[in-house]
Amino acid sequence: MPGAETAVATAVILQRDALDGLIEALKAKGYRVVGPRVADDAVIYDDLDGADDLPRGWGDEQKGGHYRLRKRPDGALFGYTTAPQGWKRFLYPPKQKLFAARRTASGFAVDPPAPEPQPLAIIGARACELAAMRVQKRVFGDKDYPDPGYQKRLADAFVVAVECTEAGDTCFCASMGTGPAVEAGFDIKMVELVDKSRHVFVAEAGSAKGTKLLKELGGDKAKDADREAATTRVAKAAKSMGRAMDTATAKRLKELPEHPRWEQVAARCLTCGNCTMVCPTCFCTTVEDVTDLKGDNAERWRKWDSCFTVDFSYIHGGSIRTETAARYRQWITHKLSTWHDQFGSSGCVGCGRCITWCPVGIDITEEVAAIHQAEKPAAKGRK
Amino acid sequence: MTSMPKDPMLPVPFRIERVQRELSDTFTMEMVAKDGGTFSFKAGQFNMLYVFGVGEVPISISGDPADRSKVVHTTRAVGAVTKALDALKAGDEIGVRGPFGTDWPVEAAYGHDLVFVAGGVGLAPLRPAIYQAMANREKFGRVVVLYGARTPEDILFKKELERWRGRFDMDVGVTVDRATGKWSGNVGVVTKLVARGGFDPLHTTAFVCGPEVMMRYVAAELEKKGVARSSVWVSMERNMKCGCGLCGHCQWGPHFVCKDGPVFRYDRIADMFSIREL
Amino acid sequence: MVQTETLGRVIDEHPFFQGIDAGLRELLVGCAKNERFEVGEFLFRNGGKADKFFLVRAGTVAVEVDVPGKPPIIIETVGEGEVLGWSWIVAPHIASFDARAMTLTRALSFDAKCLLKKMAADPALGYEVLRRFVPVMAHRLQASRMQMLDLYGPDGEDRPAKKVKIEVVKAVKGSKGKNRKADALLAAPEKPLKATRKADKEKASKKQKKAG
Repeated sequence: MPGAETAVATAVILQRDALDGLIEALKAKGYRVVGPRVADDAVIYDDLDGADDLPRGWGDEQKGGHYRLRKRPDGALFGYTTAPQGWKRFLYPPKQKLFAARRTASGFAVDPPAPEPQPLAIIGARACELAAMRVQKRVFGDKDYPDPGYQKRLADAFVVAVECTEAGDTCFCASMGTGPAVEAGFDIKMVELVDKSRHVFVAEAGSAKGTKLLKELGGDKAKDADREAATTRVAKAAKSMGRAMDTATAKRLKELPEHPRWEQVAARCLTCGNCTMVCPTCFCTTVEDVTDLKGDNAERWRKWDSCFTVDFSYIHGGSIRTETAARYRQWITHKLSTWHDQFGSSGCVGCGRCITWCPVGIDITEEVAAIHQAEKPAAKGRK
Repeated sequence: MTSMPKDPMLPVPFRIERVQRELSDTFTMEMVAKDGGTFSFKAGQFNMLYVFGVGEVPISISGDPADRSKVVHTTRAVGAVTKALDALKAGDEIGVRGPFGTDWPVEAAYGHDLVFVAGGVGLAPLRPAIYQAMANREKFGRVVVLYGARTPEDILFKKELERWRGRFDMDVGVTVDRATGKWSGNVGVVTKLVARGGFDPLHTTAFVCGPEVMMRYVAAELEKKGVARSSVWVSMERNMKCGCGLCGHCQWGPHFVCKDGPVFRYDRIADMFSIREL
Repeated sequence: MVQTETLGRVIDEHPFFQGIDAGLRELLVGCAKNERFEVGEFLFRNGGKADKFFLVRAGTVAVEVDVPGKPPIIIETVGEGEVLGWSWIVAPHIASFDARAMTLTRALSFDAKCLLKKMAADPALGYEVLRRFVPVMAHRLQASRMQMLDLYGPDGEDRPAKKVKIEVVKAVKGSKGKNRKADALLAAPEKPLKATRKADKEKASKKQKKAG
């Protein structure tokens, strides 16, 4: 992954057509190019054949428990806010083979999984999504036992970030300090500028790889006015966030395990686990062992799991978290509070997916606000 | 040492050398690395044991940390994988990942009385620390092992407990929850043995391992005797899939039990003990 | 008076009455008596009159329930420094368990009738005695509850069906008498020992048959 290198701050103007060149160039370099496209009435991240696959003229409307695509007249390629599923699908796939084992004369032999065939080129990562990658990089970056798969996929990836010029109703990255401006973790970052006269991208490289590629694409040097226009639009997005997180209270959740709010939210929560599936930082997995019918070949797969299932906390005899309240508390407390203890930051990047994709519209920011409200009179905080 | 592959999720094949029946549902396995390598671990750590085609389970290491030629596990067959483990015999192969987790801080207890309090199969994770302590016997004041089991028939490592009790430099107390007239030892809960004392509370380090409820009561009893919470260590159990902080299953407050535990200093987790369903 | 002085010192030294006021202690001495029980002797019996309680000075006493057709079940063992029996306080003053000396036991016994009379006459004594009994009763209740939890049990799952010889039998078998030393064994192994020998003989004869 890019990032550590000093950003080369010469912005260029790329015409809309240059995106074809970008994708082609990445493919030519051996990358598997993934980016947004419209499918199943949503913007999804998927393999791209060319710039034509991009969701041209599509925006989205997101609210608690609500997501709709909306046509937009300007023909913007990145006019949506966030796709339901983040890049986690590619960097930490929902199903990963951990190893295969074969029966041998003396016992069994273990074969490690095949290495990734192609590095990823990610087109259209948002600031919150880059923040999520940084978070997961730490989660999977234990000094003794890092996850080699995640670290390699991220390190090898070519990241084209696109800064948001509009914010959605469920967005709150500004309050989390993770966006909408992209500051690190990209090879190329772009701001899409669409108006009557033109449809261009103000692009900037963030790594040597990015600089090289931008050079290949050509493009005129951006004028100060272009750069200013880009900055202004991103700043405007920051001011139009639909929600905000009370980060101080969020951080304190671990001190409030007996708060009555847990029972109240449990009355609505269906423990479906949607929030954990769409969350770009949720990392929990389980394992599944499979064998062929003869029992000579076995495989072990790692699959995404959710702390909202009863089995998640099973130890012989029973599960630890049987109550919905306990499971919701576990999820949000870990995400917002104990994540700081474990990984040095919040586990929330403010993308708002858990709000949009909750079937009953439970809103993580609202829950924190409600707890803050209820805590106010007796703002002591138990130890 | 058998080098762990870079991917912590890949098991290393070991061969079972010996299986010893301990109790009706509990057995001890000794195994050696197939590649002939040695295995080092610290007392209190655990391995993830993989039974070919069946699955994996976290099991604490019950052998002597000074003996690197083999790895020893004492397991109680309660679930699908442990029952499959139970069906294995000498010569069979098993996958090992580990060692994982924190250890009993035996060396940090130098100069103290060392009190081991175990319940049920909880004696197994403590045994490596007992070995280590006895190998450095002169470094400690008293060494006390207090053990509670369900019935006299459920006493783990009975032979060894008897041997330890025969030593002049070790105090061993055993009690059972219920017994019949044939039993001539103590009947009652293990906290009662703690209450009897026999150690200097102000200079005592206690290692406690057993069911969570038992550890809670034992820690309370030790506190009542005057042992500081910061001198009491407990070993926790939670669902584990990876053993190395990647899968999230053993999340307990701000800790991964697999990585930040299983051995925790009691004062650091005492508050969490009383929170339900955490 | 020598006797009384000795009893007074014994009371003072026993943890149960530790630190008791000297005046009250004198009242206790008047109801106390030194007793000694051989192995197997009963200190009291279930259903019998609870006219005493004991401060165990040495030895171990099993509090147990007799089960027809089975060996008695030991509920608890009471040892040195502990107090035994509280039915004497509670009407109708009938013992609800058997108390059997597991080893040679020496204890100080207190005559309930004598003591209850003194306690009624001197509320300070009454309070002092009850104040010391209540925590003991509370601890016993807590301990009983913990025993009821069956913490080390198999979590309701069935235990493996196969019956396997437990290790102590093996230990004794291979010991050549070494661990028959009094301090080496945790449980009296007599019956299992015999059983093993018998089982071994059977095994041996089976082997021979196979070989033949």
